[in-house]
Parts: sequence; structure tokens; C-alpha cells
Amino acid sequence: MYEAPSWFLELWNARQTLAAGFATTLACSVLAVLGGTLLGTLGGLALTYGRWPLRLPFRVYSDLIRGTPVFVLVLACYYMAPALGLRPTPFQAGTAALLLFCGSHVAEIVRGALQAIPRGQHEAAKAIGLTFAQSLKEVLLPQALRQILPTWVNASTEIVKASTLLSVIGVAELLLSSQQVIARTFMTLQFYLFAGLLFFLINFAIERLGRYLEKRVTLP
Amino acid sequence: MTDSNVPLLSIDDLHKSFGTVEVLKGIDLSLDRGDVVTLIGSSGSGKTTLLRCVNLLEDFQGGSIRLAGEAIGYREEGGRRQRLPEREIARQRSLTGMAFQQFNLFPHLTALENVTLGLRKVKKMGKDEAVAIGEQWLRRVGLIERRDYHPGQLSGGQQQRVAIARAIAMNPSLMLFDEPTSALDPELVGEVLAVIKDLAQDGMTMLLVTHEMRFAYEVSDRIVFMSQGRIEEQGPPRELFERPRSTRLAEFLGRTSF
Repeated sequence: MYEAPSWFLELWNARQTLAAGFATTLACSVLAVLGGTLLGTLGGLALTYGRWPLRLPFRVYSDLIRGTPVFVLVLACYYMAPALGLRPTPFQAGTAALLLFCGSHVAEIVRGALQAIPRGQHEAAKAIGLTFAQSLKEVLLPQALRQILPTWVNASTEIVKASTLLSVIGVAELLLSSQQVIARTFMTLQFYLFAGLLFFLINFAIERLGRYLEKRVTLP
Repeated sequence: MTDSNVPLLSIDDLHKSFGTVEVLKGIDLSLDRGDVVTLIGSSGSGKTTLLRCVNLLEDFQGGSIRLAGEAIGYREEGGRRQRLPEREIARQRSLTGMAFQQFNLFPHLTALENVTLGLRKVKKMGKDEAVAIGEQWLRRVGLIERRDYHPGQLSGGQQQRVAIARAIAMNPSLMLFDEPTSALDPELVGEVLAVIKDLAQDGMTMLLVTHEMRFAYEVSDRIVFMSQGRIEEQGPPRELFERPRSTRLAEFLGRTSF
């Protein structure tokens, strides 16, 4: 009589595949969020304070990328890169797509937060003789940060979820790794649920981190 | 350039437009060291704009502003008028202090940090020196025990006093006050006016915009009445308030509660 192996046994057998997938998901998400935050902050500054020659390229970038499905971005980064003379690995192309996507959203978040700061703050900073760079660093960005944090946490979790789309260009992230295990074990429900749990844990951790940071910067 | 014969502030034929609307139509005004001058006039007369031009928060299209002989904001080069580079403008701004109607304290910093920010970042002072000066000025405005409070925890009057300390701590040669009590509840006006009066008696050179006529009368060496972008009349408070020469000023005073 054939007895199906227990799920725990299969999970144990699949541990390396899943761990690698988990690591890949983390790696591309972290790179995309960090790079996207940097790009988006520069974009937000340019959109808020730049003259039009600087504003225009960022405006086009932001509108174009935000108006495109991430799925299309992932495919575009992978299949259109050779036309630009680049030969990215699937991981590089996929991470670039997520980074561009994250950057466009962070740019709008930063722009919104900076524009919400009352004009008087900038004027008071000028009045005591701070240069623009100093007033950004000491006065404007610290205040914008409080507004940025909650939405930034949201954007980061979106990136983690969107990283599953990298499976279509063959990046063995957590979802594709799980599918590979399922193809071998036919334990569809169990492994999808397990993958779902891991995604939830990543995003829950980001959420907690965001809450913690928010609390630290809350004003009395 | 610190020749004592040169007026501390001298404004010559200042013109300023917002788009096609000319709001300052040739202002001439001069302040010597220790002068306390109050600008009065109905809203839209250009008093606040004039003040903001002196602190370079507004650009202006014609005329000149000189602080202790130094041209502010612009330089002439080959007959062309050019705005000074940002770093130069920032330095010139730090020579004048400004108190705003809405206080504009930095909400993420404590009272003491508000006062020391400019000392540390603009004057490049060490922390100890900046804190010592910051505490000295907070004590002067009667708020030393509130040094670690954030603006959100202070009353409007207290916020304005911290804002004045923040401006004065930079040791400006000229203090500008833009309706410093207009956003305050009536019972908080007195404490702010007392601080300003104290500074005036100390010999601080001041240019004020206020609607507190009694205060202007008491504290000013000279009152300047502005109307429709021009200086209509100026003189010592007693003369101006009791024997106005122009009909516009007489009308304005008639409409104003004392």
C-alpha cells in the first residue's frame, strides 16, 4: 500500500530550493526598495524644487512608469535591454524593473510631503541664513519624513508582492521556487500556503519596522 | 563698510511688482543704528512686502537696498543688474533677523534647538557655545524653563517669543517684525510686545509692521505711513498721530482703534 510522504518531509527535502527562493525575493526587494528610495527622493526633490528642464524628465519618468503595469515593466526590462546593448541576467533586469517602479512612486510621495510643508518653514530657514541645502537637511526633509514614512512602508510591501512577477522571466524567487517544489510533490495547497505565509512575514516585518520608526519620529 | 556715518539701512527708489501689479512704487527709507521705525497702513499698502524685500524673501525689480553700505540681493555688472549667488544671499539674510506673523518655528525641534540651529549651521559654532547663547536668549524672553519643549507644546505667545529669540541669537544688525502679534489671542499679545519693547530699549535697530497702534506710538522713534505702495507720510509718533497732514492718514487713523 502506497503511503503519501508527509508534508513536513517534503518541506524538509525542499528546504534548499525554498530558502534560495526566499533569499532571492528578499534580495531583489531590498535592492529595489533602497535604490528606488534613493532615485525617488532625488526625483521628488527635482519635481518640487527643480526648474522645468530638470522637472520634465522626472515628470515623464514618473508618469510613464506609474502608468505601466509592473508585469509589463519586468518584461520590458528583460526583453528590451538587448536593444540598448545590455545583457542583464533575469535577476538584474527584474530588480531594475522593480527599482524603477518603486522610484516613481517614492518620487510622488516625496513631492507630496515636501509640498505639504508650509511655505513659512522654508522662509524661516532662509531668514536665519540657511542655504537651500542646509534648510533641506535640517528643516524640510526631517518634516517631510514624518509624512513619507507610512506611504513609504506601503510602497515597500507593494514591491515585495510585485517581486513575484519576476518568475515570468525565470527568476527563481519564492513563488517560482514553490511552484517547482509543487511540480515535484503535487502538494499544491500546502506549498502555496507556505509561500503565502513567508510573504506575509516579510511584509509584516516591514510594517512593524515602519510603525517603530513612525513612533520614534512622532512629535509631541 | 561699517562707517558710522553710513545709515544702517538705506532703501532707495525701491520698485517691486507681482506680475503686472506694482506693489511698491518707489520707496525711500533710511534707518540709523538704534532706530525703531514702524510701518503702518491698511492691508495691501505694501508694508509687509517692503519688509520681505529687506530680508530678500522677495525679489525686487528696481532701486536698491543697502545694509551698512552693502548692496543687498543684487549687484550691478556692466550696467546689468544681477541677483547675487545663493550663498551670498544666505549670508546677507543672516545679517537681518525676522519675526513672522505665523512664528514659523521648526516643529520637529525643541525651543532650544530652534534657537541654536542658525548658530551651529550658519555661524558654525560648537555645540556648547551655541547652547550657552541659546539659553541666554531663552532666559531673556522668559522661556528658559521651556527649553526642551516642542513648538506644539507652547502657546502662541510663547512660540513667538522663541521665534524672536531664534532671530536675535544670530546677532543681526537689524530686526524685522512682520505683524508679530496679529496671529495671537488678545491676552497673549502683551507678553510679546513686552519682549520687543525690551529689545528696543536695549538699542536694537528695528523695522516693524504692526496694527498695534498704541504699541507703535510708545516704542517707535518714527512712524512711516504707507498707502498704495508709496510712503505717504512719516515722522515722530506724536506728530504723526496727533497732527496728520495727509487726508489718507487722517482717514486711516480715524478707522483704527487705539
